[in-house]
Amino acid sequence: MSAVIEKIEIYEKNKTTWTHLDALESEAIHILREVAAECNNPALLFSGGKDSAVVLHLALKAFFPETLPLTLLHIDTEHNYQEVLDFRDRVVKRNNLKLVVRSVGESIRQGRVRLRYEGEPRNKYQTITLLDAIREHNFDVCIGGARRDEEKARAKERIFSFRDEFGQWDPKNQRPEIWNIYNTRVADGENIRTFPISNWTELDVWEYIQREEIELPEIYFTHQRDVVIKNNLLVPVTSLTPAKEGDEISRMSVRFRTVGDITCTAPVASTAATIEAILLETAQTQVTERGATRLDDQTSEAAMELRKKEGYF
Amino acid sequence: MPMNNPINVSGLLRFITAGSVDDGKSTLIGRMLYDSKNLQVDQLTAVEASSKKRGMKEVDLSLITDGLLAEREQGITIDVAYRYFATPARKFIVGDSPGHLQYTRNMVTAASSADLAIVLIDAESGVKTQTRRHLYLVHWVGVSHVLFAVNKMDKVGFSEDVYQKIERECVELAHSIGYSKIHSMPVSALDGDNITSRGDRLSWHEGPTLLEYLEQAPTVQDLLHLPFRFSVQRVMRLNRQNIQVNSGFDGADLRGYQGLVVSGEVRVGDEVIISPGGHRAQINSILGASRRLVDSALTQESVTLFLDQDYDVSRGALFTDVNNPMLSSNEFNAELCWFDEAPLDLSRTYLMKQMSNATRVRLKAINELVNVETLERTSDHLSMCMNDIGQVSLKTQTALSFDSFKRNRGTGAFILIDEVSNRTVAAGTIE
Repeated sequence: MSAVIEKIEIYEKNKTTWTHLDALESEAIHILREVAAECNNPALLFSGGKDSAVVLHLALKAFFPETLPLTLLHIDTEHNYQEVLDFRDRVVKRNNLKLVVRSVGESIRQGRVRLRYEGEPRNKYQTITLLDAIREHNFDVCIGGARRDEEKARAKERIFSFRDEFGQWDPKNQRPEIWNIYNTRVADGENIRTFPISNWTELDVWEYIQREEIELPEIYFTHQRDVVIKNNLLVPVTSLTPAKEGDEISRMSVRFRTVGDITCTAPVASTAATIEAILLETAQTQVTERGATRLDDQTSEAAMELRKKEGYF
Repeated sequence: MPMNNPINVSGLLRFITAGSVDDGKSTLIGRMLYDSKNLQVDQLTAVEASSKKRGMKEVDLSLITDGLLAEREQGITIDVAYRYFATPARKFIVGDSPGHLQYTRNMVTAASSADLAIVLIDAESGVKTQTRRHLYLVHWVGVSHVLFAVNKMDKVGFSEDVYQKIERECVELAHSIGYSKIHSMPVSALDGDNITSRGDRLSWHEGPTLLEYLEQAPTVQDLLHLPFRFSVQRVMRLNRQNIQVNSGFDGADLRGYQGLVVSGEVRVGDEVIISPGGHRAQINSILGASRRLVDSALTQESVTLFLDQDYDVSRGALFTDVNNPMLSSNEFNAELCWFDEAPLDLSRTYLMKQMSNATRVRLKAINELVNVETLERTSDHLSMCMNDIGQVSLKTQTALSFDSFKRNRGTGAFILIDEVSNRTVAAGTIE
């Protein structure tokens, strides 16, 4: 038995430092293993964004060298940058993973989702597609990459967040979560969302990506892009978001801090071509991740809470 | 007894603010974030706008942590909000916990993961009943370090006499609850005195500012010096079909135990006791989170252990130090905090979860209840309702291995789950 293990001839010296990243990593692995051990059919929500890339990396570590005991689920808005989809497929292929893709576009074509106008941002409609996918595949838990530092409603959410049979989150009645003993029980039709990197900040994520050399879609790094400046946000000019008459198009060096629906995710001006440069910018930034980039959170003080109550991620 | 500590855990401090309603918990956190330059421009602009909307002249820093609609409507904190900030010295995770009695379970949730609790006291009114309740809960849930922050010093003219009187009250209270050592300091969260800088008005006070204190405060390291305990979360059975590509493992049958080092340290070659069963086995190899073989694993580390022989080990099993075995019994006493609206029903069974171990449990008797506001114990009122704390006798379906919570927070703690509603109805600490 021991002979098998000795084949990996890398032997680490006794650790002399235990950094905050080690503490956060160990907490996340503990959570992922609880999910795998206690839940029947877990899904890992994988969008190709940096947070889900980190969660996937943590899962690969948590179960190493065993293959993942979970399914990847992508709720595709069909408003994605091709680089992100290519990255998603590359990662799935390289690690021989099981991926289920369900698209908001399909939900629209089936009449499950009705847009108020053509080209409306599809982020909020992911909820319907997600709940349909959960029912179709009988997922009892969905693992997500949400972080508490992203947004004030998320700052309140438990690591194991319970959803009723309508997918709803009841923020006034959350299960107590004491020590690191997690209650993972749900009835049929109900669902749990688990957030293993709840306690990570944007900076922690970038530091971890650097330390672990985690691959990301190219658009996280600086590139040239046509944008229109609106309300201090850089709105990308794409086939889905063409420039309107009178718009002044500038070609700028930009990168994305988050990737999501093309119609509501804005890049920031940046020349950061490496993780080191991104880390420097992240440490110096004056504006939060969502504040700088999300067009959909600024509609009201509680936009995210309202979406979450309806079953959003 | 502790040797040179090989681990540097100072990089991350988890703390909470506790104390009575309106003693300024949320304002203190807002002030710390603001003064340590950890608030981003858009967060500040949003809070300024909210303050203006509510007709306030100055920015209300407490709005930074209140995130739910109901909280903004009612101007109170219902559930714990976690905030993250950093200074060059350290990273901090801070839980802003609710003060109201009805949200006790949320306060306990916040405290249960904290290394340190800042208990706020209003300088005008001193120790209140809710202060006692919070301190009791903080102690019960296992927070080892407490700082009393005597707040609203601006309201009492920054009087040293007032501060010293309250400090004496705090020391007395802390001792009666079971803390042998505490710290205290005067602050004004509203004006920022003694938060990141001393200010002129508290110049009589010796000692660090709040932020200096937090940068140096001890983190929980006591578990590291306790006997080795490892909780098996998941048994990994490797075969040719389920191996990650390029993992370096060739696919021979192999069984590994994934889990968390709850306390102490384990090294390759160590002999351990497996419970249940009581068999002994040797640690053959340790696979670290780094995906590499390591020679030892310490408290808090998620690792995979391989033994020299195959026993029937499943989820919930424990590996422990041969020289310091755990207690094992199916009957014991515990101090229970009840969370659920439906009171404890002695005629029912509940599901008990201790680390990764789950078993059915019946509560045989409520022995006494603690009045956490007067700290008196009574045994004539024998029902346990929401927010009650008391000593109970339990009987589990299968024998449980445990340490007393006082000795080991990791192995002496459990939660109770209602198997019908699936709600977490209580948490307990084994005596």
